[in-house]
Amino acid sequence: MLLMDREKGFAAMREPADGREPVAATPVSPMVIADAAETDRIAADTVGDVTAKDAVICVRGGNVHYGETHALRDINLDVGRNEVIALIGPSGCGKSTFIRCLNRMNDTIESAKVTGDFRLDGQDIYARDTDVVMLRARVGMVFQKPNPFPKSIYENVAYGPRIHGLASNRAELDDIVYGSLERAGLVDEVKDRLDEPGTGLSGGQQQRLCIARTIAVNPEVILMDEPCSALDPIATARIEDLIDELSQKYAIAIVTHSMQQAARVSNRTAYFHLGRLVEVGPTDKIFTNPSHKLTEDYVTGRFG
Amino acid sequence: MESESFSHHISRRFNAELEHLRSEVLRMGGLVEQHLDTAVEAIISGDSDMGLRVSNDDHKINKLEVTIDEECRKLLATRMPAAADLRLIVMVIKTITDLERVGDEAAKIGYLASHLATDREPYASYTELKALGEHVQEMLHDALDAFSRMDVDDALAVIEEDKLVDEEYDQITRQCISLMMEDARTIRRFMDVSWVARALERIGDHAKNIAEYVVYLVHGRDIRHTEREAVRQELEAAKGDRPVSG
Repeated sequence: MLLMDREKGFAAMREPADGREPVAATPVSPMVIADAAETDRIAADTVGDVTAKDAVICVRGGNVHYGETHALRDINLDVGRNEVIALIGPSGCGKSTFIRCLNRMNDTIESAKVTGDFRLDGQDIYARDTDVVMLRARVGMVFQKPNPFPKSIYENVAYGPRIHGLASNRAELDDIVYGSLERAGLVDEVKDRLDEPGTGLSGGQQQRLCIARTIAVNPEVILMDEPCSALDPIATARIEDLIDELSQKYAIAIVTHSMQQAARVSNRTAYFHLGRLVEVGPTDKIFTNPSHKLTEDYVTGRFG
Repeated sequence: MESESFSHHISRRFNAELEHLRSEVLRMGGLVEQHLDTAVEAIISGDSDMGLRVSNDDHKINKLEVTIDEECRKLLATRMPAAADLRLIVMVIKTITDLERVGDEAAKIGYLASHLATDREPYASYTELKALGEHVQEMLHDALDAFSRMDVDDALAVIEEDKLVDEEYDQITRQCISLMMEDARTIRRFMDVSWVARALERIGDHAKNIAEYVVYLVHGRDIRHTEREAVRQELEAAKGDRPVSG
């Protein structure tokens, strides 16, 4: 299928920028407790409530291996509908690996082996008969670097709905494109130049275009992998404001290295450390009174 | 949690800033304690000059409050502190407000001491005031000590003490009333005495507040306006919340 190839092509294209995360299971900062066995000892059980009310994503016993590397260890975590969950932790902690499991982006990595129970609305994400293209429409993804198609702004957004047959005529497609650009907070800036290439927009606009492209196919979950790390503070504020608005309609899981961003945008925060989910809880609790020493050390900028 | 837990940041400058903040609060606390001691001493010994000195030196405490406040604002803006660091800064902002008020009360006591000293019988047995004064001095000292060592048990003991201080204050008030009824010429003096007692009782309240902030700092639980039994349960829960200490 065209989109399948396209998406695969995309994922492959993105690998260099993104591949850093999965393979970086070796500690890179002094903050990381270097010994995995030590982490196992003190973080074998997640602190806090991993369940969510009205869960759309439900993961139990999630494990990921990249070859010899055990990148994700026995993760249990729900994502609730209309919830923004922030995933934080030092590089190589497994947070990106985790969200990439949710729309099977790890399929494209040769050495990746995913085990455990990953469910979207009760359906097994890794079932043999799961249509990955459909899955990725329902679980959309926004990456660190904006990656619009080398096409017009209009075509960038229209592409998904057209492939999935969401519009029966041009007027309907126009509505979807316009509506998606509107919800992505981009419509006023681009409505007079929909024919111009998407790559000609500024970084922040490109990122919002990618978000418009994601929501054009009516997803249930939006995964964001450091969506603002390449943007300036103003563009970042716009995206954060947008996340706030989108959370009324979608479940959002956001990976971020900015703890302030996690604190600002999310309802719940999950702290990962060396492949373990150490603690998860309401964001205000994680940032004012975390229960686990490792979480405390991370959010306060200490080393353990 | 120990004070060392404020010294393990990746940024060594942040370590130094937090350490400086803590020591400034303790310095301010020390100065306030000194003022209180002098004020109480002025009452007991009937030393008018000593009393006025406290009242005139209050600006030193006020100045410290302003500079520490400024430092807290700077840390909030530049470091965006989280968890225990955030709680430290929040509790410091509140603690220095209480310390500054204690300074005001001490200044008031100093001023009243100079009044009482002019009385014909300055030594007229202020043993109750002396006892109350020593009691709140101890409370304030213990509250600051609990802060410097982040000791929740000591903080809770200070909170308990406040009840006794309130009782002592009531007693002094009753005594003043009956003495005033006995001899109307003493009304002015015992009005002053009851003002002093009132100021000391307030200082007890401020010490209690500081002790409550210490509990917040260590456990992240706000125990103000909470019954004793509920506080105990809260703190038990807080312990259960921290299964792992690394």
